[in-house]
Amino acid sequence: MGLILAILVQGIQMVLVLALAPGLVGFTRKVKARLLRRKGPSILQPYRDLLRLVRKEAVLADNASWLFRNAPYLIFATTWVAAALVPTFAAGLHFSWAADLIAITALLGSARFFLALAGMDIGTSFGGIGSSREMLFSTLAEPAMIMIVFTVALVAGSTQLSTVAAFMVDHSTLRVSLGLALIGLIIVALTENARVPVDNPATHLELTMVHEAMVLEYSGRHLAVIELASALKLLLYISLIACIFAPWGMARQGDGLVEMAIGAVTWVGKLAVGGFLMVVFETAIAKMRVFRVPEFVGGALMLGLLGTLLLFVSRSF
Amino acid sequence: MPIAAALLSVAGLAGVAVVAPILVARRKAWATSIVYGASFVLAAVLLLCGLSALLGGSAFQGSVQLPIGLPWIGAHFVLDPLSAAFLIIVDFGAMIASFYAIGYGAHEEEPGRVLPFYPAFLAGMNLVVLSADAFGFLVAWEFMSLSSWALVMAHHHDPENRRAGYVYLLMASFGTLMLLLAFGLLAGPNGDYAFSAIRSFEHIPWISGLVLVLMLLGAGSKAGLAPLHVWLPLAHPAAPSHVSALMSGVMTKVAVYAFIRVVFDLAGEPAWWWAVTVLTLGAGSAVLGVLHAVLQRDLKRLLAYSTVENVGIVFIGLGLALAFKTNDMAGAAALAVTASIFHAFNHSLFKSLLFFGAGNVLTGSGERDIEKLGGLVHRMPETAYLFLGGCLAISALPPLNGFVSEWLILQAILLSPDLPQWALRFLVPASGAMLALAAALAAACFVRAFGITFLSRPRSPAAETAQEASRWQIRAMYALMALCLVAGVFPGPFLDALSPVSQSLVGGAMPKQPILPHFSIIPISESRSSYSGFLVFFFILMASWAAIRVIHNFASRAVRRAPPWDCGFPDPSPATQYTADSFAQPIRRVFGPLAFRAKIDQTMPLPGDMTPARLTLSLRDLVWEFIYAPLEGAVLYAAERLNILQFLTIRSYLSLVFAALVLLLVLVATWA
Repeated sequence: MGLILAILVQGIQMVLVLALAPGLVGFTRKVKARLLRRKGPSILQPYRDLLRLVRKEAVLADNASWLFRNAPYLIFATTWVAAALVPTFAAGLHFSWAADLIAITALLGSARFFLALAGMDIGTSFGGIGSSREMLFSTLAEPAMIMIVFTVALVAGSTQLSTVAAFMVDHSTLRVSLGLALIGLIIVALTENARVPVDNPATHLELTMVHEAMVLEYSGRHLAVIELASALKLLLYISLIACIFAPWGMARQGDGLVEMAIGAVTWVGKLAVGGFLMVVFETAIAKMRVFRVPEFVGGALMLGLLGTLLLFVSRSF
Repeated sequence: MPIAAALLSVAGLAGVAVVAPILVARRKAWATSIVYGASFVLAAVLLLCGLSALLGGSAFQGSVQLPIGLPWIGAHFVLDPLSAAFLIIVDFGAMIASFYAIGYGAHEEEPGRVLPFYPAFLAGMNLVVLSADAFGFLVAWEFMSLSSWALVMAHHHDPENRRAGYVYLLMASFGTLMLLLAFGLLAGPNGDYAFSAIRSFEHIPWISGLVLVLMLLGAGSKAGLAPLHVWLPLAHPAAPSHVSALMSGVMTKVAVYAFIRVVFDLAGEPAWWWAVTVLTLGAGSAVLGVLHAVLQRDLKRLLAYSTVENVGIVFIGLGLALAFKTNDMAGAAALAVTASIFHAFNHSLFKSLLFFGAGNVLTGSGERDIEKLGGLVHRMPETAYLFLGGCLAISALPPLNGFVSEWLILQAILLSPDLPQWALRFLVPASGAMLALAAALAAACFVRAFGITFLSRPRSPAAETAQEASRWQIRAMYALMALCLVAGVFPGPFLDALSPVSQSLVGGAMPKQPILPHFSIIPISESRSSYSGFLVFFFILMASWAAIRVIHNFASRAVRRAPPWDCGFPDPSPATQYTADSFAQPIRRVFGPLAFRAKIDQTMPLPGDMTPARLTLSLRDLVWEFIYAPLEGAVLYAAERLNILQFLTIRSYLSLVFAALVLLLVLVATWA
């Protein structure tokens, strides 16, 4: 009985992240529109877009290979699995030990690997430019993420997110290293989700684009699946920041349904706050030139390294 | 006794090497299949010996002394856990390479230049791993070097290959000289060269330190540790592809074995600065290797540079193990050394796989330059699929095996704040960052390698008319791919199998693996970290399957083919695609100025001026420029100076001989 319940809760988490992800995107678009004094589409618009895309036929380029057709599903699956392994409303779920934070980072790396390959499959210049830039950003964002993981893991003594969250609730003190890690993680999150200072999610046909250039050839259900995957990724990063730096309210291992419901409500609240802050930040700044981005992301790498070094000097930082 | 069977198989390999020229001369058509078939069988026997010795416990291990070689030493051979582990790495690679070569060897123009040396090369590698005395070890080492040199020179009509052979010969003899000196120091004044005797000596610390330096130079140059890696990207691609796979995937591991055997087993107690040296070199090689790899156009050279990176990762793990060992942290040292050897094993799998893929591309299209390839996914679907698997594994992506070993090394790094030495406390996180950077750059490198070679549109007629490789070649690659997946999804048994090795090297072992259900692995303890490749793999499969089913059943599964969209301006010319160089340009721009002193000269003519605009890019190989070029200059200078010795009178020569004799006698007299 306990096992079935545990698996059920894990299943609820999987469904919940999937169901909420487009809503989060819709919410950020709505807030952004309001900040720009536009009315903006309904929060439900991304759901409608996805439904519309899914029902359409997929148009494939003449020379598209099997990789092009299968990559969207693999990208979606790896991102979904990664998102399902980040504690959201409850820590210590049944399968939470299947992958630690390093593995979650690497899972997102797998998704990016396939996305970059898909961008190159047709042999258009836009796809190539997108893939090339995406891989450049990742060469700095991924080590930055690993160093942030190191910082957090050295503080909490574990790379398991559930353990980290429990530690952070019990020992919530201000630490220099964690502050550095938080800033670094925000930079990495903005980069990985192709948000404003790095890339612009709202534009097509700009030479500055990265993510949109890679998926340019996709249409119909393939595009829908990729869009859903990027929505999941946004949700994953906000949940991750919340789980490490603001784990309050999250249900603990062995807690009952009431605590889980409280956890779910606070989690949705955290998502809204996170999305809101991100949009405010996006509206306030301009997009960078592509070759300024490595400096921006390199900053995150340095912050992560600094945080780790501080902890190697003394565990109390 | 597995060791007897192993030695007989090695003798068999040597026999095949002897018979091969006769076969080539008599029956051309069958010679290739016979030689490679025999090598396959003998390597399989050796693999079984290694497996039984590693898994079967001490009953299957043992040592043998044969009355051959130098009369006062004899020849010692041993099959202990360490040599068994590396015997498995060597012979699994050898077995699959032989199988692959049954198909690939049919394309060989001059089989007489490959067939005799191939089994000799295998015999040499096996003997290095089995030898248990310095003399036998060095003879086997030199045998391995020279036979592989002959294989590098198989296509000697190409001047580039001749240059590669020359550089390789030079570096190999330098490496052997260093090993000779290292063993000379270890043997001490009594001159007992058996490993068991060396192990029982009490070594003076500074002599042990000197041995470490000599081993880094000797074994490091064979393994491809920067800055001694310069021969590797020249020589590995020059050989036939199955030999390239063996040199890159397996021979570098034999060098790693030599390093582990001497430094962990024979040289006595390590000092903390050993770890500093090894970590620095490892981290440097990892990043330098992959930075070179990401800029290469030659597919096989790209793979050779990526070997430098992976050897760097193995040495990071070994450096960590040394650091933990000096501070008596047996559990952590066991984790690091196990991760290291596991990565060596994994690398032998996916690097062979990738070299085989490159070999298929070479036999199928005749091209190694990726700028002239493209679109091979349509012409060579199976090779493309298998090469993609290798790319995923080497880029350390879950759920494949490359990720598991790098994850374990990262976990070992997280244990290092407990180290007391300050230098290590600063160096270890830095090398962690370098490791992460190398992994991320490797992903970029292999997206580029796969994307430019196999995806997009063909860039040359050779790519348009490429042919899929033979069944032998494809099946060999399937075997490697399957093992990459198995080692990534079920890593537990592999780690458990390595526990006697770590027990013998650092006096500790990782926890026995299947503690938690679902084949998860645990580096130190359950609360710290765990990873289940099986669950990750299973979830990915289920999630993608569910997505496909749901969408196809409830939404749409219609497909329409149309010309590419490309923002409305598709250009049919394949020259408008992204090229390998343009793909690497952003990375070159970010890392180039530091790593290669990259400089771009642009000459833009004024408006109205009809001269063409020019853009020249210069990259400098700093290692070559600052280490090898001055060395070469010094040698040349000395040779010029000493040249006068060739033109002396007979009287001067006689007086020189006399002076030398007197000097030596005086030296001997004062020494004693």
